[in-house]
Amino acid sequence: MTLAAPHADTGDTAWLLAATALVLLMTPGLALFYGGMVRTKSVLNMLMMSFVSIALVTVVWLAAGYSLAFGDDLGGGLLGGLEHAGMRGLGPDSVHGTVPTVLFATFQLTFAIITAALISGAVADRTKFSAWLVFVPVWTLLVYVPVTHWVWGPGGWITDRLGALDFAGGLPVEITSGASGLALCLVLGPRLGFKKDAMRPHNLPMVILGAGLLWFGWFGFNAGSALGANGLAAAAFLNTLAAGCTGLLGWLFVEQRRDGHPTTLGAASGAVAGLVAITPSCGTVSLLGALVVGLAAGVVCSYAVSWKFKLDYDDSLDVVGVHLVGGIIGTVLIGLFADKAMTGGAQGLFHGGGLAPLGRQLLAVAAVAAYAFSVTYGLGKLLDKALGLRASEEQEYTGLDLTVHAETAYDHGVLGHGAPVSHSAPLTAQKVKTQA
Amino acid sequence: MKLITAIVKPYRLDEVKTALRELGVHGLTVTEASGYGRQRGHTEVYRGAEYRVDLVPKARIEVVVEDAVADDVIDAVVRAARTGKIGDGKVWAVPVETVVRVRTGERGPDAL
Repeated sequence: MTLAAPHADTGDTAWLLAATALVLLMTPGLALFYGGMVRTKSVLNMLMMSFVSIALVTVVWLAAGYSLAFGDDLGGGLLGGLEHAGMRGLGPDSVHGTVPTVLFATFQLTFAIITAALISGAVADRTKFSAWLVFVPVWTLLVYVPVTHWVWGPGGWITDRLGALDFAGGLPVEITSGASGLALCLVLGPRLGFKKDAMRPHNLPMVILGAGLLWFGWFGFNAGSALGANGLAAAAFLNTLAAGCTGLLGWLFVEQRRDGHPTTLGAASGAVAGLVAITPSCGTVSLLGALVVGLAAGVVCSYAVSWKFKLDYDDSLDVVGVHLVGGIIGTVLIGLFADKAMTGGAQGLFHGGGLAPLGRQLLAVAAVAAYAFSVTYGLGKLLDKALGLRASEEQEYTGLDLTVHAETAYDHGVLGHGAPVSHSAPLTAQKVKTQA
Repeated sequence: MKLITAIVKPYRLDEVKTALRELGVHGLTVTEASGYGRQRGHTEVYRGAEYRVDLVPKARIEVVVEDAVADDVIDAVVRAARTGKIGDGKVWAVPVETVVRVRTGERGPDAL
């Protein structure tokens, strides 16, 4: 009798390859979503904070992040070991479930990337770029990686011991980024002119384009989390579409009643709020549950985005109002709507599962939010002391695009632009000519 | 000669241009301008937060004409720009000492 070595399923692998590419596209999509919401003077900096996260998180994830998140548990379900640091021991033949382990690790990497990038929305227009380059990899190791191990790592305490459910990342992605965004914007303080100056979004078409790319990528995020090309992936896919739609409609409904106008920014925000909320629950609730989850997020988040003006924290692009609040809604509602047909066992309150599942979800939410907030707050304070976390007043006033990146996003036909002061290409061409 | 300046709603610009052409005014300068008068600005709403925008977009039209036709030109601009609603704008005239056509060096009314 021979034991067949585990091997990857081609269908599952094909889907996860595509899903991984979809999730990676979400980060440039997020860059556009955020970039359209800031003013013209710092839009490139906003785009860069997301875009550079792709590179920073990838390096730190391959070096140690993946192993600490998904390596064998070191004890207590808190953190994985370093046996796969540098992706050691993982070749093309290694298999995780029915897909190659390197593919699983890459899929998970795309989640880590967008989670770090999400935080940038809370600290727009005023963060020192060099400090962000340090914050992102350190934060990934200190906050994202442990929480991911708790939820999805082998022996992680939230899933294996507590028994809370999170299908695609309400805890590690949405609540972690939202609570961390809150902590970091408190460390940084508000933008110059917060609550005094008009800080209108400079390009709403860009916001809609970004929201569209996010939605498109979210199918890979949620349906890919089934880790296979199967019925559960299909159900999660449909739930993702449904919740985005009810989130969009819910937000617009509130705006029409409260402000008198259905806005473009409201439609984009509502869709994203619904998608955030369905992330943890897309593979655990029925279609009816998904419709309710999306609607609840659209309605509640449309109010949550104005809390910052009353409570005086400048979460510039509403990472708290959309991702923290939406993530909590989606994660907690699993306790009500979890359906055996999706979970394979666990039932929520409305399916006769009693109050216990709700309690487990609430406990997981509280633990992750508290951990992410406090560690990020400490890290922010530390970096502020060591490097300075905030750009100078002059840079912030002039705009980070010009002062940090030596670029401007839009050519407004300013008089006085001449030929390049120094440029290597024409000089080289001249030299070649002379030699010939 | 008179310099006539008109601040009008941008969407009335074509009407004003047509009216001036019919009067034989051959050239004019238009600038995109912002400002407010009695109507003040407007309100925009982003994620539930209301922003007052004080300055509203306007077209600023400038023409230099001979004294004899100045009143007719002013009347024509006012007629073409009027919608009867608040925010229709203003037209005013000031005397001009001299005008030079850069290409030929002609001076005074000949340069118009």
